Amino acid sequence: MHLTIGWLYPTTMNIYGDRGNVLALAQRARWRGIPADVKEIGMGDAIPDEVDVFFFGGGQDQEQIAVSNDLKGAKGEALKAGVEGGAAMLAVCGGYQLLGHEYRPHEGKPLPGIGLFDLTTVAGPERFIGNVVIDSQWGELVGFENHSGLTHLGADARPMGRVRIGRGNNGRDGTEGVIYKHAVGCYLHGSLLPKNPVLADWLIAAGIGRERGPIELPPLLDDLEVVAHAAAVARAVKTR
Amino acid sequence: MANPVPKSPTGARRLPDVRLGAAIAAAKLTSAGIRRAGRGGGTAAPGLVADRIDPALLTKLAGRLPEGVIVVAGTNGKTTTSRMLADILEADGMRVVHNRSGSNLVRGVAAAFADHASLNGRPGGDVGVVESDEAALPAVVDLLRPRVILLNNLFRDQLDRYGELNTIATKWRAALEGLPATTRLVVNVDDPTLAAMTDSLGARRIGFGLDSTRYRLEALPHAADAASCRRCGADLVYDALYVSHLGAWRCPACGNGRPPLDSAGTEVELNGVDSLRVTLTGREARPLPLDVGVPGLYNVYNAVAAATTARAMGIADETIARALAGFRAAFGRIERVSLRGRTLVLALVKNPVGFNEVLRMLTTESGGLAVPTLIAINDLDADGRDVSWLWDVDFELLAEGDAPLSTTGIRGADMANRLKYAGIPASRITPLNADLRQALDAFVASVPEGETGYVLPTYTAMLELRRILAGLGAVETFWKQ
Repeated sequence: MHLTIGWLYPTTMNIYGDRGNVLALAQRARWRGIPADVKEIGMGDAIPDEVDVFFFGGGQDQEQIAVSNDLKGAKGEALKAGVEGGAAMLAVCGGYQLLGHEYRPHEGKPLPGIGLFDLTTVAGPERFIGNVVIDSQWGELVGFENHSGLTHLGADARPMGRVRIGRGNNGRDGTEGVIYKHAVGCYLHGSLLPKNPVLADWLIAAGIGRERGPIELPPLLDDLEVVAHAAAVARAVKTR
Repeated sequence: MANPVPKSPTGARRLPDVRLGAAIAAAKLTSAGIRRAGRGGGTAAPGLVADRIDPALLTKLAGRLPEGVIVVAGTNGKTTTSRMLADILEADGMRVVHNRSGSNLVRGVAAAFADHASLNGRPGGDVGVVESDEAALPAVVDLLRPRVILLNNLFRDQLDRYGELNTIATKWRAALEGLPATTRLVVNVDDPTLAAMTDSLGARRIGFGLDSTRYRLEALPHAADAASCRRCGADLVYDALYVSHLGAWRCPACGNGRPPLDSAGTEVELNGVDSLRVTLTGREARPLPLDVGVPGLYNVYNAVAAATTARAMGIADETIARALAGFRAAFGRIERVSLRGRTLVLALVKNPVGFNEVLRMLTTESGGLAVPTLIAINDLDADGRDVSWLWDVDFELLAEGDAPLSTTGIRGADMANRLKYAGIPASRITPLNADLRQALDAFVASVPEGETGYVLPTYTAMLELRRILAGLGAVETFWKQ
């Protein structure tokens, strides 16, 4: 057994410490005796066939334009084919937005996405900043949002969860993120996976079993993870 | 009348400025009130009061400083660098107006100026040294019209507060564009973002950087920001990389590169957690060896920045060397205190790059961390409310040594979890109570008597630890500096 993590644009889309998600995926596989390696997929690089779990982080505006261009055509199609073929994915913030239909800034042309997720994002008037708690199929998840884009899900899109504390996709409809097959997109930094290990394991199990269905993973002792999760939830309650 | 006599500035100055006087008086009263109430340094509220009464206070007082104002900005090192500069100028016999306590928003600067000024509107000094917050720089430049602006570096820091790096870079560029040719910009051109931003401006640039064959990084750290060419977007390559993305950079695609250094730090020697040595080499001056009583490669940058700026102000080399030889760290940047027979070395950690450099300094000699260490992480406004940044720090460096690592603070639990994912064995990680006093007690008890422990707090955790240590008689309170 083996886990291959495909890290999209590690040098340009790596703002807000989201690389903790890649660390969490790799370490939680290794701690179970499953070798893990990380393939970095930068500008101009092709999408490798063997990726089990993709990670796609957020970037600054300038970088997002370059990434949107890079994903046009064959590369974006290959990424979609990967998810359709069973690969798991976590996309956060800018990466999440670029997997929708498009991102419309205040000024200038709309930035096209690859349309993996049925959603559209529009630049909003205020920035949502703070700790977030959502209820999801993985139970309670906690993270930190920092975005001004307002994301609206299409009619068939399923949200990742319902916001209990914080603003979420657009501050109005109570949704946060999206889930499609084994791909999850959201605004949750933190990093997200190290303090939400249930989600990390779901991605690993789905990714490794992408051809024959999710595998069973032996449990780990999530002592520090549980405490970090609880501390983050306590901060969300106190600060928002 | 056809030819009205223009208002004489000197004539106007002789008239008492009632508004300015009232603003200064109100600020002083507010400041005294806060100190009497024992509520810490009290550095921002007096400025707010002064600004309400006379919004032009800063411009008026700055314009009356005969040697002008030096503004220091940059993500890391601005407090240390501006203190070095103030020490050098004082060694030259000048009286310095300086916002010393690290309150570097416009209000803090106004408070410091009001504090130094006399009630009749005299600034109470010869020269101003103003440390400016990144977000405040455009306003500070506009209000103070500085003679010299020192730009240290631009790293990601507290994105929840400042927004994105490119946004700051754009605002800085706009603020610098209107400056006259008489303004000097002392710029760390080892930083590709700063070099691009200060390219072809009206103001004259004096570029500084390092040229050292030792102390190079093998690869760009995870926390690095500006690895792509600002001109053409290609990935930059480094002939030498010193701190984060700072170094001798060039673009393989378009030929853009680090400009020639007007002032270079050469022959660098680092002496653990104690001191450093660097030789300042200029194209038109003789080499100036400097011994400085603070440690770490990031302080080499600070010393080179301060010395280059001092030279631009016309200060003699002997004065610069003498002042820096006597320089000691600012509160909490790095300091030693003695408590219950143990030595504690405190070093502030406030963002990924700063934290990486502290780890590098603490692990230089042994290859791993040999000393028990307490890391205190808070997530209040001044710390940054998003603790995601901990995942950009290369704690993997610590996996090699065998020292126990304790954690505390409001988000100490996140820190402990971060260490676990860095591959540090559970036996070395001790999550202590989030309460800093209890954690400090437990940590000190865990350090053998006569030995040393490292304490690495974020900003507000440092302030609270200082209060706790002061209560135990270990250190003095910082605003007495």
